[in-house]
Amino acid sequence: MNEVVLYSVLSIGGLGTLLAIVLYIVSQRFKVIEDPRIDLVEDKLPGANCGGCGYAGCRNFAEEIVKSGFLEGKNCPPGGTDVMKDIADVLGLEAEEQEPMVAVVLCSGSRQVAPPKTRFEGLNTCEFAHSLYAGLSGCPYGCLGEGDCVVSCNFDAMYMDENTGLPVIIEEKCVACGACVKACPRNIMELRKKGKKSRRIFVSCINKEKGGVARKNCKVACIGCGRCVKECNFEAITLENNLAYIDFNKCTLCRKCPPVCPTSAIHEVNLPPRKNKEKKEDKAAEA
Amino acid sequence: MGVLKTFKTGGVHPPENKLSEHQPIEVLPLPENVSIPLSQHLGVPSVPVVNKGDKVKTGQIVARGEAFISANIHSSVTGTVTKIDDVVDVSGYRKKTLIIKVEEDQWEESVDTTGTLIKDCGLTPEEIVKKVNRMGIVGMGGAAFPTHVKLTVPKGKKADYLIINGAECEPYLTSDHRLMIEKGKELMVGITIKMKALGVNKAIIGIEKNKPDAIEYLDELAEEYKGISVEPLKVKYPQGGEKQLIKALVNREVPSGKLPIEVGCIVHNVGTTYAVYEAVQKNKPLIERIVTVTGIGVERPCNLLVRIGTPVSALIEAAGGIPKDTGKVVSGGPMMGKALINLEVPVTKGTSGILVFPEATSQRITQLNCIRCAKCVSTCPMTLEPYLLGLLSDKKRYEHCEKNQIMDCVECGSCQYVCPSGRPLLDQIRVGKAKVGQMIRERSAK
Repeated sequence: MNEVVLYSVLSIGGLGTLLAIVLYIVSQRFKVIEDPRIDLVEDKLPGANCGGCGYAGCRNFAEEIVKSGFLEGKNCPPGGTDVMKDIADVLGLEAEEQEPMVAVVLCSGSRQVAPPKTRFEGLNTCEFAHSLYAGLSGCPYGCLGEGDCVVSCNFDAMYMDENTGLPVIIEEKCVACGACVKACPRNIMELRKKGKKSRRIFVSCINKEKGGVARKNCKVACIGCGRCVKECNFEAITLENNLAYIDFNKCTLCRKCPPVCPTSAIHEVNLPPRKNKEKKEDKAAEA
Repeated sequence: MGVLKTFKTGGVHPPENKLSEHQPIEVLPLPENVSIPLSQHLGVPSVPVVNKGDKVKTGQIVARGEAFISANIHSSVTGTVTKIDDVVDVSGYRKKTLIIKVEEDQWEESVDTTGTLIKDCGLTPEEIVKKVNRMGIVGMGGAAFPTHVKLTVPKGKKADYLIINGAECEPYLTSDHRLMIEKGKELMVGITIKMKALGVNKAIIGIEKNKPDAIEYLDELAEEYKGISVEPLKVKYPQGGEKQLIKALVNREVPSGKLPIEVGCIVHNVGTTYAVYEAVQKNKPLIERIVTVTGIGVERPCNLLVRIGTPVSALIEAAGGIPKDTGKVVSGGPMMGKALINLEVPVTKGTSGILVFPEATSQRITQLNCIRCAKCVSTCPMTLEPYLLGLLSDKKRYEHCEKNQIMDCVECGSCQYVCPSGRPLLDQIRVGKAKVGQMIRERSAK
């Protein structure tokens, strides 16, 4: 009996030692020498693998930073300036000041203002609906309401409002990774500068049709009248293809344009209520 | 007669419901306005050659197809061009469209509007193709592929058979059936013209067995013509699919990703063949087509000869008006057709039927989970795995879709039809196909 135990211990032990030696030699021989800084940089990154930086994941981004040796033009949207500064410290580089961004929905065609004219049946994805028809309201630029953007969001920062049928972004959670921008087949999502105290003004419409046509389908469509362009003193608003666009780098939040919009397509976010509030409401009622 | 010919793998047997098969073709009165979309065919949209306010005659060219895969478009009525505007068409999107206010019908002088049969064609093959191109003929089975492209045999290839598709395997539709019965003689001449253009000496007309009168009539006519034969086919959907028809009639298989010419076959629809006859022998461009207007609730299912650009509402009116409990109006067959978003959509060169379904039968069944019954796999006539392709497309694994031959899918819809869980398989596959097609184009552009 003892002999059996002895032989097995010897043979297995011997085999183990032999293989260990082989493994050691192989590991020395084919060693992958990696820059230790990659690990250090990766540790600083949030590890969300959201792809907002434009690379395949946090590890890939770290490799790219170390390999290139500079930080200009590179940004980790979820981490922001803090993370980029940490990385700069590790590598002894200078970090750029990063402007925080946030995703916005450039469509306000809710069920109330753009009433559905048809019924949709079939695969419930925006991608399919987009290939099939213009949309429930008939607006070929508007939100299809099937929620591809919500599915794409890894940070739980979006949900579909059941009342309006439009996606809503929870600002506090949005890291501006841009996943929703890629997911939307109609390019309704845009990354805009978050602005001071999260204040921003934007045109919530991307309809390029002529005013009358756009208006037929949706009460709050931009009709390309150009009144906001005239009102703006900073040349921040451009009008192209019957559509106004506010450049967030030029906009000073002077709040002159929203009241002149005849369809209330220009939205103000997180700005304090106006003093002459009644006037604005009158205009909205007229529209 | 023995065993009827058919394709081997897959296929389904939906209820035939050919309600209008005994209704002779009627001419629909001219509407007040016609809207002629500039993109009625596969390929590049045509470029308009008339302006707002211009007077046009019936049969006059109004838009030119300048690219290789494109087609000319002719005015289907006499009248004044009132607008060139964006109008919603079958695609559900607004497309550039000519709107013509209709006046008294006056044909272009060169068109022969008499009913006399002209048998002889003195043109050379090149001249025939040129003329077909000029007359704006496209495939009338539904896909609307420009016919002049299909009448040109690519260099280094040889065509052995011309296959004429009279299967009409879609339920409800009877426009091809009526055409074969009423215009059989013209059809035969059309086939001889096409045979001449392609340089083939054998033509087979494939007709499903549920049209015995058409088979008998064309068989009789074919005795006069050398090389043309009529072949009855088993009733099975999608018998009229190009690749299925080739397999059934000449037992050849089109390789994956290749065109039928690869195996020496060219498939044309009977409607297209008749249009070619009219274009070549009568100088008549493609400005009207036969449309079946039918459906369970429709008062008077019928086959109408309709000018291109007529609104669908006028067709339904002619069939007895829209029933009260209508849930869906479909353009095309029930298997492959598309629901319309409104009834002012114009009839185009590819509209083969207008189907009106009551609310109760127009809804999809509740979507449940896939139970791995593999019915879709055994039904797929292209031997694909629809459940897998659907899943891969859903999860955005488009490279895997490509590896699993998603581009071979003919979008016949059999998989979705048999799925007991009501999975939107074809919807998913269509999304995948579009993505893979884009990938392939991007790759070849590099």
